[in-house]
Amino acid sequence: MFKEKNLVILTGFVIGLAALILVAFGNPTNMGFCIACFIRDITGALELHTANGLQYARPEIFGIILGSSLLALLNKEWRATSGSAPVLRFVLGFFMMAGALVFLGCPLRMVLRLGGGDGKAIFALLGFTGGIALGSFFLNKGFTLGRSYKQKTVDGIVLPIIAIVLAVFSFADLIGDASAAKHAPFFLSLGLALIVGGLAQRSRFCMVGGIRDYILFRENRLFLGSLTLFLTVLIGNIILGNFHVSFTTDGSIWFFLSMALVGLCGVLLGGCPLRQLILAGEGNGDSAITVFGMVVGAAVSHNFSTASTPALVKTGGKIEIVVGLIIVSLIGYVIISKQNKEVI
Amino acid sequence: MNVDARGLVCPQPVILTKKALTDRPAAVDVLVDSVAAIENVTRYAIAMKYNVEKVASSDGEYILKLSK
Repeated sequence: MFKEKNLVILTGFVIGLAALILVAFGNPTNMGFCIACFIRDITGALELHTANGLQYARPEIFGIILGSSLLALLNKEWRATSGSAPVLRFVLGFFMMAGALVFLGCPLRMVLRLGGGDGKAIFALLGFTGGIALGSFFLNKGFTLGRSYKQKTVDGIVLPIIAIVLAVFSFADLIGDASAAKHAPFFLSLGLALIVGGLAQRSRFCMVGGIRDYILFRENRLFLGSLTLFLTVLIGNIILGNFHVSFTTDGSIWFFLSMALVGLCGVLLGGCPLRQLILAGEGNGDSAITVFGMVVGAAVSHNFSTASTPALVKTGGKIEIVVGLIIVSLIGYVIISKQNKEVI
Repeated sequence: MNVDARGLVCPQPVILTKKALTDRPAAVDVLVDSVAAIENVTRYAIAMKYNVEKVASSDGEYILKLSK
């Protein structure tokens, strides 16, 4: 048990360190790692949206998926599974991305922004916690997306193969516009992401899980990982002179609600965006579908201008968040109210 | 008493186990098929002062035998 805890703490530390390194070598501020932002940039590189500067096929995502695949293979944990409400997972992935792109960050980046002194992230953290609490309530009432089943091996390798192909295309500059996006050197990003992916696979690191497990079981193992990540980034930013306190209440309600949506979707899906990538790397087809839902969510957010800019939360984004919260809550409510009538 | 947690993502195997242990039964068998579920259910059961014995079933499936 002691060893498991140390592994989660180590993962939080390494993610924080890798994030600091990637920013120092060119990634945007407080964006050493952001699963939502990077999937959005890959979506742009594939020209599913055309937002200028957001069209670089980020190797971090490919590295995380493949790092997880490698470690799962080494430990004989790799297993092709799927069949647990894939369409609902697609919808939840879509709204998880929509929420993240209104706040401008996945749960990882929320903590990176907090550690960089960005006060707006406090509202996001409160909302995230609220969303997780609501999701945990649904879980306690019997919410489930149902069982997954063993699939053919080829089903589980689709996403890892896509990751390899896109990584090659990205390196060869065949897709996207890397020059317009701030980014660290390709192999530095890929290498650090492979390490992060491998560690997160072993430790089951999850930003949603940290708060969820405390609410459900009073267990702090995963939370210690998130806390370590925050402290690493905070101390690192102070040492590097990158800690700049800023605080405004403008848009605070929307940062609260957008991350509440992310937290709620994350609990119903069984994990944060990072965890979805890790599970997809292990052969989980349901998580691969979730990632595809996130890709479509990113495309829609930019094509229909619901994604925020650093200065402005757009009206379309506000509507999307409210609609998303209603739809996802309804999904939760309908499933728990039918729970006693349907066999899992 | 048995809990079938095969194919369920965390934390559902632990929630089902938690519910099964509510009345402190002498023994519960939990059927699981992922390493994460094995780890999480085992950790929870030990925290609830149960002994855990892992028995390989078939094709990546395990029975976790929880007893007081």
